[in-house]
Amino acid sequence: MAVTTRRTNVLPGFNLTLGFTLAYLGIVVLIPLSTIFFKTFTLTWAQFWAAVASPRTIAAYRLSFGASLAGALVNSIFGFVVAWTLVRYEFPGKKLIDVMVDLPFALPTSVAGITLTAIYAGNGWLGRYLTPLGIKVAYAPLGVAVALTFVGLPFVVRTVQPVLQDLDKEYEEAAATLGATRMQTFRLVIAPALIPALLTGFALAFARALGEYGSVVFISGNMPMRTEVVPLLIMSKLEQFDYAGATAIAVVMLLVSFLLLLGVNVLQRWSSRRLAA
Amino acid sequence: MAETPGSPRPFASEPKNPATEDPPLVRLALISIALLFLGLFLFIPVIAVFAQALSSGLRAYLAAIVDPEARSAIRLTLMTAAIAVPLNVAFGIAASWAIARFDFPGKQSLLTLIDIPFSVSPVISGMLFVLLLGVRAPIGGWLAAHGIRIIFAEPGIVLATIFVTFPLAARELIPIMQAVGSEEEEAAIVLGAGGWQMFFRVTLPNVKWGLLYGMVLCNARAMGEFGAVSVVSGHIRGHTNTMPLYIEILYNDYQYAAAFAVSSLLTLLAIATLIAKHYLERRVIPKTQAEELAPKVAA
Repeated sequence: MAVTTRRTNVLPGFNLTLGFTLAYLGIVVLIPLSTIFFKTFTLTWAQFWAAVASPRTIAAYRLSFGASLAGALVNSIFGFVVAWTLVRYEFPGKKLIDVMVDLPFALPTSVAGITLTAIYAGNGWLGRYLTPLGIKVAYAPLGVAVALTFVGLPFVVRTVQPVLQDLDKEYEEAAATLGATRMQTFRLVIAPALIPALLTGFALAFARALGEYGSVVFISGNMPMRTEVVPLLIMSKLEQFDYAGATAIAVVMLLVSFLLLLGVNVLQRWSSRRLAA
Repeated sequence: MAETPGSPRPFASEPKNPATEDPPLVRLALISIALLFLGLFLFIPVIAVFAQALSSGLRAYLAAIVDPEARSAIRLTLMTAAIAVPLNVAFGIAASWAIARFDFPGKQSLLTLIDIPFSVSPVISGMLFVLLLGVRAPIGGWLAAHGIRIIFAEPGIVLATIFVTFPLAARELIPIMQAVGSEEEEAAIVLGAGGWQMFFRVTLPNVKWGLLYGMVLCNARAMGEFGAVSVVSGHIRGHTNTMPLYIEILYNDYQYAAAFAVSSLLTLLAIATLIAKHYLERRVIPKTQAEELAPKVAA
């Protein structure tokens, strides 16, 4: 492999570091990942189809996609408001909030899971007020959506915030000088600049929610057909040593994740091009 | 750039600009919505962890933490992180050096491959190792025949943790290494420094905060991972439990106060991580480069 293509590079260590990088990547990620595809090829088409299209699996897809979508939407709306207030306004406690936004990244998911369950259970801090109103959160699909909102919370804030920070106020001033109202400025000048970042944050939050296990397992109650998300279904198949079924469903979820990752890459390229322009 | 009240404005006496400022009512409404949302999803849960942990009194709290099973879980969690973090940081250094300092075909694909563990569900991550190294798999069967047990034992937990924390250090180090630039290193080499001399005297001091930042993030995830570890652990009580797994066992045993007591330790770790992250973020890039770099980072 050619060491450099651009110019003479005097720096040492290329072969050593790239060699180590590729070897480690291969051992830790690629070999384990390949097993799932090898395992899939040993399944017959009927086996595969029975696993990925059974009524229980379909119900799990529906809940996983629906609750992840709901969580990502809630995060897009409120995450945008949070990013906006953090960048544009001054208020007491702002620094603390800015630090705390990353909590869902740092808090172990099992801790988040039992805590949210305790809060929203029938006798919990919030559950006791919601239950008389007929709103059941814990052990219901709504609880799954709450947990998935929690785990995806930082994504939209952290993708929109830097773009908003770099957005030059001169454009808003120019719009106002040309007679635009504040609302028009927002709609025609600010919003278009933020849309790629907002979509990226949405896709990241959605992808994270789809695969989430720890925070959901406690709050959902794990009732097949009703409150079972796809990662839970894979887990219960593994516990019954139904590796074929677990693999088939996992492959479907992996392909969806990779497609989302691809989408995020395209969005980010679009976003940086737009910023550069 | 965000304007703070303390920062000098170009025209200090200029009245508030209606073109770029929102009306006070809108401002108040948006701040209230943001605070309510974050209060509901972030602050109430954190307070709830500690309230539940202390709900049976301080004595029960301490007893839950010093329980032999709890201590064994804490030990395994620390051990797992002590193996996974250095390995992934070493990988991060190697990968960032190769990627930020050299051009080679397939660089973009390599970056994408490094990100893969981020997009794999924790349950699937654990499952990969069960398929590869479980007793029914070829490699796992061979190992089992030689008395080496990986799945449903500690090595499996360590492997699954390494997998899920794999990209964290590299992801932080690559942009930092790129941002710092290679001029100082080239100067060192031209002046006759050896490779390792250059690494320890120039490269490492330049990226040390970024390195620490990557370690903090990697450590938090390594100690807190649940799904992947849950698949490979086999739930052998008192033997192969990390703290997050032990929390699940206590919770399913209806020992709520004890479950939250152990959770409170991990919550403190999470808070410490956030504080460390906040202070490190500003130091990650050496000051001289920070200015010219600002637009690049955002893009």
